[in-house]
Amino acid sequence: MKESAILFKNVSRVFSVRHNDIAGTVKAVDGISLDIRDGEFFSLLGPSGSGKTTSLRMIAGFDRPTSGSILLYGQDVSNLPPYERDVNTVFQDYALFPHMTVGENVAYGLMIKKVSKAERQKKADEMLDLVRLPGFADRKPAQLSGGQRQRVALARALINHPKVLLLDEPLGALDLKLRQQMQVELKSIQQRVGITFIFVTHDQEEALTMSDRIAVFNLGKIEQVGTPAEVYEHPATTFVASFVGTSNLVSGEVAKRITGSDTRFSIRPEKIRLGSMSDKIDADMVSADGVVRDVVYIGLFTRYLIELEGGGDLVVVEQNLNTTSMDVMKAKSQKVRLIWKKEHVRHVEG
Amino acid sequence: MPSKSPAQPGERASWILKISAIAALLFLHIPMWLIFLYSFTTEESAYSFPPPGLTLKWIPQAIATPAMQDALFLTLKVAALATITALILGTLAAAAVYRYEFFGKEAISFMLVLPLALPGIVTGIAMRSAIGLMTIPFSFWTIVIGHATFCVVVVYNNVLARFRRTGGTMVEASMDLGANSFQTFLHIILPNMASALLAGAILAFSLSFDEVIVTTFTAGNQQTLPIWIFSQMLKPRNRPITNVTAMLVVLITAIPILIAQRIVASSHDTEGNK
Repeated sequence: MKESAILFKNVSRVFSVRHNDIAGTVKAVDGISLDIRDGEFFSLLGPSGSGKTTSLRMIAGFDRPTSGSILLYGQDVSNLPPYERDVNTVFQDYALFPHMTVGENVAYGLMIKKVSKAERQKKADEMLDLVRLPGFADRKPAQLSGGQRQRVALARALINHPKVLLLDEPLGALDLKLRQQMQVELKSIQQRVGITFIFVTHDQEEALTMSDRIAVFNLGKIEQVGTPAEVYEHPATTFVASFVGTSNLVSGEVAKRITGSDTRFSIRPEKIRLGSMSDKIDADMVSADGVVRDVVYIGLFTRYLIELEGGGDLVVVEQNLNTTSMDVMKAKSQKVRLIWKKEHVRHVEG
Repeated sequence: MPSKSPAQPGERASWILKISAIAALLFLHIPMWLIFLYSFTTEESAYSFPPPGLTLKWIPQAIATPAMQDALFLTLKVAALATITALILGTLAAAAVYRYEFFGKEAISFMLVLPLALPGIVTGIAMRSAIGLMTIPFSFWTIVIGHATFCVVVVYNNVLARFRRTGGTMVEASMDLGANSFQTFLHIILPNMASALLAGAILAFSLSFDEVIVTTFTAGNQQTLPIWIFSQMLKPRNRPITNVTAMLVVLITAIPILIAQRIVASSHDTEGNK
């Protein structure tokens, strides 16, 4: 196993808040432990207020843990100011310096290190090439588009060759096309420079696409850490099952009718086959009967909402292999048998 | 379909609006042009229209008047010191209000802005009785303090607005890239604040330069230029000298305000970092 890039040891961050003259405390990060390894593309995924951004800010040094410690390649950095940590950040709003040119922005870290001007310019041009903005050095940030500013911010954060690069929802402000393009590019830049990337996002699809591993945050705690496939296929908790991708959660009586046990389980919509009432069920399969209540044709696939006989709904997604929008609409109000493999049933806690 | 908005370029204003706008501008500016005109008249006291003749002889005479020179230098000194005081206090106050949460923040913010909104006569009376109660002799320094009360406001407002526009992440970005607090101040905060500070300073200087009411209450036997001009108005002779001085005041205050507007306008181009 590779060495730890970032190690969280039982870290908490408590904020004191005042609202309508009532003083209280909020545990933004609640005793988390986490091991991010050298060279990983690691995502902190969770809804807003789940503690992912606070965790990132504590790695950067903008915020300090109330208790616990954070280690950067074995060194305790919990109480070091940001400028004494070998970590750089790409900010959500890019935070480019408006009074400087793009070149000066990118070279800022080197200027602070008192690197000679010629050397600075050479390095800045190299970084701008890396983010595919050659020849932009003399422009002002105000003259750039959102996607270009994003690249400048990335170049500026990478020029110091930090041990760890932090990215705080950097793609949030971009449109879908540009976003998908940047996802691919970020990943390839990370592989080229070989730096550990820690990526904060609330977009589960983004986390699944880009990451080597993901930590799913909720209410200041980590619900699960794993590879995209592990988190998606084996959600550890109800929260993970519902936050990452779409999940059908079944519990109580209905669960008992299907699996023979009333423990709550999750089943992904794409694992379910939409069959007819005459279909046979093999030994390694489970099934549930119901009526199609709603059909949504989404081009690539069709989403069905099935009302089960014993009560409750299941969402089923089928790829439109041989079907057209006309065909799928006919399914509405039909009785169907839903069939899926036993191994896809995930019993979840909470 | 293009929406109809009053600011559409090329759209024509109605003639009523045009005429009222021109009338209002004339009403504001004609008295000032008259002063300029009568700075060059050949008459010494009573004015007739049009002026019987034009001359440049009043300009060297006005500049050579010792009382006028004293008043001008006093006014420049007061304005400069009040501006420096305002720059320091206004910037510190703006930084505190922007960066920190503390008890009574809203109240302090309101109290800071109040002297500009308050009638000068109220500030004047309040300052006079306060200074009298503390048995501080009325002097050059009491004028400076009086002026600083409202000069602080313009610097405070300008700097606070800039802080809000500049945002906190820029400072974090600088520290993240290895700059300590001092380097961040030097390379990031100061360049971004500079135009706001300059604009605030110029406005404060202009406000102080032509202030009459607060000065009347806080001065000892000193005469600032506006007060000297006012006292001259009572004398029938040497009117053109007063007019020349008034013209000088207009130039000294108007030119910096034009510069300040330029600075604020041009700094918008570079700060659209959103």
